[in-house]
Amino acid sequence: MLQFLLKRLALVIPAFFGVTLLTFALIHLIPGDPVLLMAGERGIAPERHEELRREMGLDRPMVIQYLHYIGGVFQGDLGKSLISKKPVMEEFLTLFPATIELSLCAMIFAVTIGLPAGILAAVRRGTVFDHSVMAVSLTGYSMPIFWWGLLLILLFSVQLGWTPVSGRISALYWVDTVTGFMLIDSLLSDEAGAFTSAVRHLILPSIVLGTIPLAVIARMTRSATLEVLREDYIRTARAKGLSPMRVIGLHALRNALIPVITVIGLQVGVLLAGAILTETIFAWPGVGKWLVESIGRRDYPAVQGGILLVATVVILVNLVVDILYGVINPRIRHTR
Amino acid sequence: MALVEIDNLTVEFGAKGDALRAVDGVSLSLSEGELVGIVGESGSGKSVASLAMMGLIDFPGRVSADRMQFDGQDMLALPQKERRAITGREMAMIFQEPMTSLNPCFTVGFQIGEALKVHQGGDRQSRRKRTLELLDQVGIPEPAQRMSAFPHQLSGGMSQRVMIAMAIACNPRLLIADEPTTALDVTIQFQILELLLSLQRERGMAMILITHDLGLVSEAAQRVIVMYAGQVVETGPVPGMFQQPRHPYTAALMKALPGEARGQARLETIPGVVPGKYDRPTGCLLSPRCKFATDRCKTAQPSLIGPDGRQVRCHTPLDADGRPT
Repeated sequence: MLQFLLKRLALVIPAFFGVTLLTFALIHLIPGDPVLLMAGERGIAPERHEELRREMGLDRPMVIQYLHYIGGVFQGDLGKSLISKKPVMEEFLTLFPATIELSLCAMIFAVTIGLPAGILAAVRRGTVFDHSVMAVSLTGYSMPIFWWGLLLILLFSVQLGWTPVSGRISALYWVDTVTGFMLIDSLLSDEAGAFTSAVRHLILPSIVLGTIPLAVIARMTRSATLEVLREDYIRTARAKGLSPMRVIGLHALRNALIPVITVIGLQVGVLLAGAILTETIFAWPGVGKWLVESIGRRDYPAVQGGILLVATVVILVNLVVDILYGVINPRIRHTR
Repeated sequence: MALVEIDNLTVEFGAKGDALRAVDGVSLSLSEGELVGIVGESGSGKSVASLAMMGLIDFPGRVSADRMQFDGQDMLALPQKERRAITGREMAMIFQEPMTSLNPCFTVGFQIGEALKVHQGGDRQSRRKRTLELLDQVGIPEPAQRMSAFPHQLSGGMSQRVMIAMAIACNPRLLIADEPTTALDVTIQFQILELLLSLQRERGMAMILITHDLGLVSEAAQRVIVMYAGQVVETGPVPGMFQQPRHPYTAALMKALPGEARGQARLETIPGVVPGKYDRPTGCLLSPRCKFATDRCKTAQPSLIGPDGRQVRCHTPLDADGRPT
């Protein structure tokens, strides 16, 4: 198990370097100059332009810029935003709780519906229920997020008026930021109704963001369960006189979870990618929306730092999943 | 009264009217403490029949019988929950592939303890003690350490011992062993069989031993049932039936034993395979493969006839010299 862990940890390092290199290269490949964008339509004198570029360090060769950047990263310094002049880390950390909150709720939505739906579809293989679960999840998987989000807003917010259109909480409430998580902060504040408002704001974005993971988890759970149900040890469990509930919920699920956990881990990346679109649609003040805006402003340090931090989170989550995998699957735990 | 009474057990798979009969009108009666062997080729319905007895045939398989009683209770009429209370407690089963029959995600101790927990309850401590006893009884060295082992850490023979411990955990009155040694090394096969037979004798369990091994059946069983293509073709007491087989199929199986081929260049075989769904003959199911088949065999199905305990399904059963009558 220890060796398994060390191997996983060793893989994190090249992944991390790859991400820094990739984000650095990509952002510099996009045409556009931050100074020109900052200056706007008024334009800027060539001398002043050069001066500003030198100030920002943009006149130096790419390799030097990268090494300088990497050097900073290892000291925990991701640079300052070219626009707001605030440290990227600080900006990221203020916005990140909103993204975590949204992603977590989306994941909870996806797992609590996807897992049971997948298991039931497998147990009732070939029935109308099975076919409808598979059809719905295929549709969900193929649905472009931005379009799906707009459709839901049109129906539930505009037509039915059940949920708010955008934002994290109604403007009627003022909630002090304590943890950055609106659900917790609204509970801590003494504003009556703030929590309900926060929950209502979370519903649609969570559904939109959770739809693709839900579809993937449901399909994966179904196929994993189907495979496991054919195994000899399921027959053994039934020969022991165990109830179907116990046979499926314990003996089958424990084995089916092994591939499903991996898929859930991979969905974290999908979630954070989806968060960029979802946050933009719902004006959710999270990291995704901030990244999109930073790209528009050619705020190199912000984009680089933001992507790097998001990627680090994904890498870490996958590491945790790998460890979980070992916990769930004794065959991995015991390999030397 | 017999422990198990089965009349005309039929198991079908597939759509009605176009179904495959995996088990076709099998009858069986088993007394307390009796050891019956069921032999036959692969595909003859031995395993399916025993799974049906355990109530482990799932949709879309269909089980029907004129009578299927265990200890006087009608198994087919029992509600699922009551039937499950018998399965695993009063009747237990071990399978052909010990390595895949244990759940890889749970420890040996958990899997044995689970059978105890579900059927007998009791506290954790007493279950643990009983599990240790069971592991010791099936000859597993260092049972305390093995309790926390996972199945992938065990050999095939050890896994089968664990399966046996699990099966006998609640002191069943009937143990069905479905080719318990087929997947094991020859040396281990013998040990596992010894263990099964001694447990059966000690506990006075009734046992159904499903096997390819005629030699084993002739030594251990009191009675033998020969199955072919889902039907019982011959049944009788051991050793009488093997000394003078009356069905050509039984005779052919005996001749196919390696021990019978001494001095011959080639071992005798039965040509062809067990008929499937689409090549089922109209007459006697063995007729395409039987060297004594007559025109009558090809058109009319024989029925299982004979005095109680010595029945044969053949139009021309063999006489003492092995010639059709």
